[in-house]
Amino acid sequence: MSNKMKMATKNMTFHYGAFKALDDITLEFRENQVTALIGPSGCGKSTFLRSLNRMNDIIPAARVEGQVLLDGEDVYGPNVDVVEIRKRVGMVFQKPNPFPKTIFNDVAYGLRIKGIKNRGELQARVEASLKAAAIWDEVKDRLNESALSLSGGQQQRLCIARALAIEPEVVLMDEPASALDPIATQKIEELIRELKKSYTIIIVTHNMQQAARISNITAFFYMGRLIEVDKTETIFTKPSLKQTEDYITGRFG
Amino acid sequence: MNRAQKRRIGEYLIEKWFLFLATISIIVLALIVAFLFKEGIPIFKSVSVGDFLFGQLWYPTDEPADFGILPLIVGSLIVTAVSSMIAVPLGVLSAIYISEIARPSVKEILKPVVELLAALPSVVIGFFGMVVMAPFLQKVFDIPTGLNIVNASIMLAMMAVPTISSLTEDALHAVRRELREASLALGATQWETISRVVVPASLSGACTAVILGMSRAIGETMVVLMVAGGAAAIPESIFDSVRPMPASIAAEMGEAPFRSDHYYALFATGIVLFFMTLGFNLIADYISHKYKQVGTATL
Repeated sequence: MSNKMKMATKNMTFHYGAFKALDDITLEFRENQVTALIGPSGCGKSTFLRSLNRMNDIIPAARVEGQVLLDGEDVYGPNVDVVEIRKRVGMVFQKPNPFPKTIFNDVAYGLRIKGIKNRGELQARVEASLKAAAIWDEVKDRLNESALSLSGGQQQRLCIARALAIEPEVVLMDEPASALDPIATQKIEELIRELKKSYTIIIVTHNMQQAARISNITAFFYMGRLIEVDKTETIFTKPSLKQTEDYITGRFG
Repeated sequence: MNRAQKRRIGEYLIEKWFLFLATISIIVLALIVAFLFKEGIPIFKSVSVGDFLFGQLWYPTDEPADFGILPLIVGSLIVTAVSSMIAVPLGVLSAIYISEIARPSVKEILKPVVELLAALPSVVIGFFGMVVMAPFLQKVFDIPTGLNIVNASIMLAMMAVPTISSLTEDALHAVRRELREASLALGATQWETISRVVVPASLSGACTAVILGMSRAIGETMVVLMVAGGAAAIPESIFDSVRPMPASIAAEMGEAPFRSDHYYALFATGIVLFFMTLGFNLIADYISHKYKQVGTATL
């Protein structure tokens, strides 16, 4: 674990109203690594992911205590612009959610929000993002067609391209392949392995094999607590806690 | 008879009963339209279609009578247009506020209040226009009468706002949460998300809402009868009085001798009005279908 620390949470606790969804989570994410968050449904891993780029802000009764650090700076600090945080910490959702726009405009959306109007620059960056998301060859001749005309797997890679277009530093992925078929899933996994060369990636997954295949670090969540975190091969071969082992071997969850 | 047979007969009867009920409303509608045409068409024995639609003089009781309904058509169109200019921004913006911006507690109050506006009987709105708005307009703009296009348009706008607002709000509400999240996650502000994602995605629904609101305004009778002033002349300013088609029909039908030319002319006016509202509804239907199929990819 020699890479530079990119994001971290320190004693982070999360409440939905009176319900404590996350309890005292301290976790680090290093540059150019893939960290997988695993655990049974309702264990808080998605909530955790969504609090890293403050997507939970839109839930009225949500409350965060402790710290979430991005390059050592508290994401929830009083002078922090949430919009800036979300530009630096991109997100890919569980279900592909392209805008009902053309493929080009979909990817260009975040760039235009950033204030880029120059047509040439937009084109160059849309193309680069689509290439980075390994979908360019499939869509290069149909950039003006509706993004909704793509298949589910293509839509998800488009969403990844859209997230990459604004050049985030960290990419959060919330079960990005759970709505896809095995072939599309494989493509997304190859893509993630490629992307970690340039980004810090944090991925929530239900699929243990997926976590084993693509991640460097795996964190096991259960009932709102972080049970164990270690190198992926250690977690999957000789976890230090019985609870982790039981989950990984499918004895519960 | 075993149970399966009984159940099948039950299903059959229920199905036919619903078919019967659905057919009744269609038959009634067809009969009304047929009646409208039967009572309206005979006017064209005395007046040509062109003279009827584009004639500028409406003197149905003179000797000889003039049956030109252009002033009435213009009256209807102008109050509809002006009221849309008021009602569309009000309705759409209030829908955006209620659906996207208002806190839940504010929303809980605002939404029913806007919808309550639709529950006001049109005669009450007309009365308000007569005793409050008319003297106000007369005084402020120093005009001979407050019963005019502006007054009628404001009152009609009050009636169209709830329709436009609640239908637009439904359209906004139907935009998937995932799209809002996608936009926010890309660093868009709430306003950017509303204006660039939510509103474009609900545009077909919003257009339908606007058109249905307008068709409500063009067909409205009581308000225009009470506050439009009733002058059957092509207006020269928005402070002139007009006589929209529904007002003319309502005001004159009681006076027109049964199956006289005047009577036929009023029914023929009803046919024109019918085609206008039908047109509005067809456009609304077309828009909502067209964009449902292909998404809003071109936006």
